Amino acid sequence: MPGDLGGILAKHLQDPTRLVQILRDVMAAEGYLSAKSITAIAAGLHLPRAHVEGVAGFYSFFATEPRGRFRVLFSDNITDQMAGSIPLRQRLLDAFQIRLGEVSRDGLVSIDTTSCTGLCDQGPALLVNGYAIGRLTPARIGAISSLIRGGSPVAEWPENLFRIDTHVERRDALLSTALAAGEALRAAIARGPQAILDEVKLSNLRGRGGAGFGTGSKWEACRIAPGEERFVICNADEGEPGTFKDRVLLADHADLVIEGMTVAAFTTGATRGFIYLRGEYPFLGPHLEATLDARRRAGLLGKSILGTPGFDFDVEIHWGAGAYVCGEESALIESLEGKRGIPRNRPPYPVTHGYLQKPTVVNNVETFAASALIATHGAEWLRSRGTAKSAGTKVHSVSGDVARPGIYEYPFGVTVQQILDDCGAVDAQAVQVGGPSGTLLARNEFRRRIAFEDVASAGAFMVFDSSRDILAVIDNFARFFAHESCGFCTPCRVGTTLVKQMTGHLVAGRGTRRDVKELSKVCNVMRSTSHCGLGTTAGNPVLHALEKFRPSFDHRLASLEVLPSFDLDEALAPAREATGREDAGAHLTEDDS
Amino acid sequence: MSDAPPSDAPRPTFSMDGRDIPFEPGQTVMQAAMADGVYVPYLCFHEEFEPHGSCKVCTVKINGRTATSCTTPAHEGDEVESETPEIRDLRKNLIQFLFTEGNHFCPSCEVSGSCMLQGVAYELEVMTASYNPLFPDRPLDASHPDVLLDFNRCILCELCIRASSEVDGKNVFALSGRGIEKHLIVNAESGRLADTTLAVSDKAMSVCPVGVILRKRRGFAVPIGQRKYDVKPLSEVAVEAAVEASVARAPKPENG
Repeated sequence: MPGDLGGILAKHLQDPTRLVQILRDVMAAEGYLSAKSITAIAAGLHLPRAHVEGVAGFYSFFATEPRGRFRVLFSDNITDQMAGSIPLRQRLLDAFQIRLGEVSRDGLVSIDTTSCTGLCDQGPALLVNGYAIGRLTPARIGAISSLIRGGSPVAEWPENLFRIDTHVERRDALLSTALAAGEALRAAIARGPQAILDEVKLSNLRGRGGAGFGTGSKWEACRIAPGEERFVICNADEGEPGTFKDRVLLADHADLVIEGMTVAAFTTGATRGFIYLRGEYPFLGPHLEATLDARRRAGLLGKSILGTPGFDFDVEIHWGAGAYVCGEESALIESLEGKRGIPRNRPPYPVTHGYLQKPTVVNNVETFAASALIATHGAEWLRSRGTAKSAGTKVHSVSGDVARPGIYEYPFGVTVQQILDDCGAVDAQAVQVGGPSGTLLARNEFRRRIAFEDVASAGAFMVFDSSRDILAVIDNFARFFAHESCGFCTPCRVGTTLVKQMTGHLVAGRGTRRDVKELSKVCNVMRSTSHCGLGTTAGNPVLHALEKFRPSFDHRLASLEVLPSFDLDEALAPAREATGREDAGAHLTEDDS
Repeated sequence: MSDAPPSDAPRPTFSMDGRDIPFEPGQTVMQAAMADGVYVPYLCFHEEFEPHGSCKVCTVKINGRTATSCTTPAHEGDEVESETPEIRDLRKNLIQFLFTEGNHFCPSCEVSGSCMLQGVAYELEVMTASYNPLFPDRPLDASHPDVLLDFNRCILCELCIRASSEVDGKNVFALSGRGIEKHLIVNAESGRLADTTLAVSDKAMSVCPVGVILRKRRGFAVPIGQRKYDVKPLSEVAVEAAVEASVARAPKPENG
């Protein structure tokens, strides 16, 4: 068995449900997942080799070909680009004389892009061997390139490079209500599971991850589902571009979140919990492990919690590996079971057939935090804020063209304009609420309210001022969805790529009226027939932009009805590469054609 | 399938494009419709395997919401729309997506005339792929002495994967990659079919709805023009098979 593989498999008890964790450890130890390692892992776990190879090929942080000893991934969200990520990326590429996606000849470094890393309030950002670095500047890029050349392990790089800030700009009920560790659990134990369930139902708490399903109903369905063993999962896969509020909640309020999970376990009878944490947030790992340990020592996790016989619950962290679709709860569960993150067919729902086909509650980080406070302070604590249909508050991740990016908490019902005023956004022409899968709002809609009954939001709030090209924004989102589609169903697998092609044409000034027509057609097919929310919402930015920012499309159309959809000069690129030519004679210009 | 005892009680029904379709509890919308002689197009469904609903070609509208008819259980009183202009258009686009995604050159294809993708395309009157073809680079695997894999035609229905795992107990096939990069792989470190345990007698050899898994030295045994869907349209073949299967499954009254 090559290298440390035996040790890694032993650490994970040869448990096939831990396959994603095992592959992550092997990546860290060996830099990539070689064909031989995959064979050995499969043998060690008694899994078909092709299954392991399939999982290795699914997550974007895994590589089956050698990457650089320093693997640099630039966050490719639109907010990173607006903060200047592309020239900074070019600077690093130039420093090593390689192209995007390439490994340097000496194997020292590879540079590529990755989906939003959740540092939108302190971008541009990158990951190097999994470690996150924000606030990139030319000086920082220079420092990084020297460190890479020096060859010392990333763990030994200067600490200040890796500082992650939590900019909390506005606190409301959730972020300002202090809770001592164990307070909610004591309240829960005193009142009993049924009373807590009733309280959560009465509060009208709705899931904060975007779908807005009633938390109490979910817990109740899990509680009454037949089964010996139950699970509580905290969805901390926060992959929606422009969202970083769960990162801040876990950094500043980890006790509150874990307390909420434990209240859910008490209510539903679950004994095991998972925090499914996105792989982009490795810096949260030590802090969360320390919090879990402290809670175990304080009797707030483990056997007979707070001395209550039969109240057993513990939580483990399970890392994601770069797959937005795993934010979908059934795909998340598949990933937790060590598989490709493909959303399941529903029904049955996770509340009856979740992790290992057993009753499972999956809630967002923020939902658990709110649950802990409801258990302590009662339903009125939540209901007294917000609107009739959207009780309580919502935490927003504000980024883009604003003076003060960061975390803003408001009661539901706040207007978009209010948030814009508070964060110092002047001259906003558009706001993307809830991320690319959410709603693109134009200026005449800034009086609309953020609430389930008006503009629903999972927490992203990206602002674009009038200097920004909305088409470029849409093209960025189109690339994101094409990269993140799991590929299970035809409409999303093919549709997201077709949309990416067409927005690419439009941005390059090669689009035609036919492209615009086909764009809405493809988006409608995706919306109507896709298997999960990724596909049904992937067309939203395009459809919203076509409806609200039509001129930015029309201005970019080539004047003819039909144009060749490929670029003759671009088509010559492989020939230029093969012959090593870059002279004028190796290019075709408009005049030639 | 239903093992319910025979009963004189009328079977529950749902309505599909205005026609009452009877069903046995537990049957899906598609199963019930096909058993009643109503064709619903599909590609990734196969009677012998658990439906998973990935191709989406069997999409219908049930009480106003789109759903895959192969995975959705029938309910008494459901209003199902299938042959409406809207649903036909969605299905047509999905077929066009599949033609756009792979490399499908029917005139030179070994399975032309017995290919489900081609047959369903004819049913839905798909005349062109319409979108810009992606022309993916998908090398063949001719390593196996008796079997050729032509990945160019793969529509990712996963039937060979399911057959190899559930019937053959071999796991010869699996999927890797994600999104548009998703692709069929075989269970070998070399990545070559010759190094797997596939045998020509495997179930996985016979379930491909298109022309990916081919027997070597059997090419063009039946002349074009006389093949399965040349003789009879795919919809008729599929409905006849479904009706027959449903009759065979129906509980037989005891003592005559």
